[in-house]
Amino acid sequence: MRVALFVPCYVDQFYPQVAIATLELLEKLGVEVHVPSNQTCCGQPMANSGFASSTEGCDTNFSKNFEGFDYIVGPSGSCILHLKEHHPSEKIRKSVFEICEFLVDVLKVKSLSANFPHKIGLHQSCHGQRGLHLSSMTELNEKPFSKLASLLDLVKGVEYVYPERADECCGFGGTFCVTEEAVSVRMGQDRVESHLKNEIEFIVGGDTSCLMHMEGILKRQGSKVQVKHIVEILNHA
Amino acid sequence: MLNHAEASEKFIADAERTTWHDETLWFVRSKRDKVSKLLPEWEALREQASLIKDHTLANLGQYLEEFEAKAQKNGIIVHWAKDAHEHNEIVHSIISKHGGKALVKSKSMLTEECHLNEFLTKKGVEVVDTDLGERIVQFRNEVPSHIVLPAIHLKKEDVGETFHEFLGTPKGNKDPQFLTEAARQHLRGYFLGANVAITGVNFAVAETGEFVVCTNEGNADMGAHLAKVHIACMGIEKMIPKRKDLGVFLRLLARSATGQLITTYSSHFAKPREGQEMHIVLVDNGRTRQLARDEFRNSLKCIRCAACFNTCPVYRRSGGHSYHQPVAGPIGSILAPNFDKSANVDLPFASTLCGSCSNVCPVKINIHEQLWFWRQDLMKDGLAPLGKSLSMKGMAFVFSSPTIFRMAGYIGRLVMRFAPFIVNNSFNPWFKQREMPDAPKESFQSWYKNRK
Repeated sequence: MRVALFVPCYVDQFYPQVAIATLELLEKLGVEVHVPSNQTCCGQPMANSGFASSTEGCDTNFSKNFEGFDYIVGPSGSCILHLKEHHPSEKIRKSVFEICEFLVDVLKVKSLSANFPHKIGLHQSCHGQRGLHLSSMTELNEKPFSKLASLLDLVKGVEYVYPERADECCGFGGTFCVTEEAVSVRMGQDRVESHLKNEIEFIVGGDTSCLMHMEGILKRQGSKVQVKHIVEILNHA
Repeated sequence: MLNHAEASEKFIADAERTTWHDETLWFVRSKRDKVSKLLPEWEALREQASLIKDHTLANLGQYLEEFEAKAQKNGIIVHWAKDAHEHNEIVHSIISKHGGKALVKSKSMLTEECHLNEFLTKKGVEVVDTDLGERIVQFRNEVPSHIVLPAIHLKKEDVGETFHEFLGTPKGNKDPQFLTEAARQHLRGYFLGANVAITGVNFAVAETGEFVVCTNEGNADMGAHLAKVHIACMGIEKMIPKRKDLGVFLRLLARSATGQLITTYSSHFAKPREGQEMHIVLVDNGRTRQLARDEFRNSLKCIRCAACFNTCPVYRRSGGHSYHQPVAGPIGSILAPNFDKSANVDLPFASTLCGSCSNVCPVKINIHEQLWFWRQDLMKDGLAPLGKSLSMKGMAFVFSSPTIFRMAGYIGRLVMRFAPFIVNNSFNPWFKQREMPDAPKESFQSWYKNRK
């Protein structure tokens, strides 16, 4: 099983700890992880802005880096969803996995050595949830489940809670966060507020982009609450 | 005209009202959740509705002709309008024939789309909207901000003021019961006096030539039953093949719209009563153009329940008027570019693509995917502002080259660490109400290189 780690561009530049935790976690689970060094971006920022026609160079670069692998695993539901839906290569579309999806569905992880004695608010990011179906959705008449939660259940000490309106969008939305700044921030403030009502210490999710947005709002408010990607919890000794 | 982002900013400036608007509509969404989960067959119903609509759209011409023939046999006069103007002319010619000076109209988003009120008013015909919410916005010279709850942007205080001005209710009275009674008394005169009533159509049944109008207030019935002439205006996509299909759609419509099990009135109009004249105007107005577009065809499945409005986190916080279109919300954002691409270029971008709209849609329209497709279509047509197309090309260039990407990232982080004022300023919309992320010393890739 040849596994490659896909590190979203902004994670590489601003949240290296998320990529490090993903790498370490996979290695702990006995996976030999390759990290293609010339990877850049999945192409989503352009495509969601209406410029899917300009992503050719980006797509080609992605293929060059990742075509030889059985599994391409990344810590971002949103980027993975984009690749799964829009990358021109069928091989790529079929090989990409969001990290939690990979742990639950492919590795079928049943135990972890993680310990995180804190109360956290679980943020189910939309693209992971509604796009990749990492968890059930409140709109649908379906049995409740969550791959993220099932992994957190394997972590010692952690207590996770959902905010009111469990799966409302945080308002990040890619370039939406600047082109529709007022709505984006208002959505983020509302989301943060409903998490804070639960007296949590961390907001935890599967998409660093949503977390970056909420972190920006938390910091501006002077809040002590921090954000963490779920892999940082799953990898926490 | 303000674009969606500008209009939303103005709306949100009133934080308290935004909270109220958001919570009120979320309450409606919650009611929808509750009743939809009481039906174990809910998802199967949605699937069935979707398939019926797919089938109908694929055979629309045939069903329309069947409907026309049956309706004519029933004694209904059928008209065809290719666009809004033709629709308005047809309606006006019917009114003129009967010497009508005033008419009562129940809710019809089609007539909003065609700007019928404006057209008739200019011709000297007084149009009285009889749906309470519509009457309120009509007094205020506004358009509906929601297709099911037209005055949802207004609080009872606002309604009290409006009624004080137009109906002479006591100043400061904001008692809903009292105000509703005032509206009833006010409307009653019009109901009794009007010789023409216009209604919308929720479903037109090809098999029988009948049409069904759903309301909670009974105003459509009151109008149609009292007037000598009943004109029903409908978009051609309202067709369903058989009467039994109503068993699917009527169960979905009210549950999705307001969380009711069924609308208070689901009235079937099959033929004119003795001495009455009944007309149906079948309107295209761009629908066949949309039908020919593979990516957007199934937007025509919409049954106008507004569930996508109520669930949309953007709509709830920006208000219906920010969409500057008769049909706002997610569904409006995929319908509007069909009418005018450049005037509505902002609407497909008024979304985070969270996908909640597609999940609540009772006929399973892939709304968020269509938003994405419209984005591509509009940008391909060159409708992006220059700055945006340049920055997108720049981004595409950076991401196509690992070397340039690494360099850009390195410089970016240096700037943020040592000269943060370059990004932390009022030119950066991110920074206006959010802190920038901390810039780490090294990227993951450079950490990984040293790790080996």
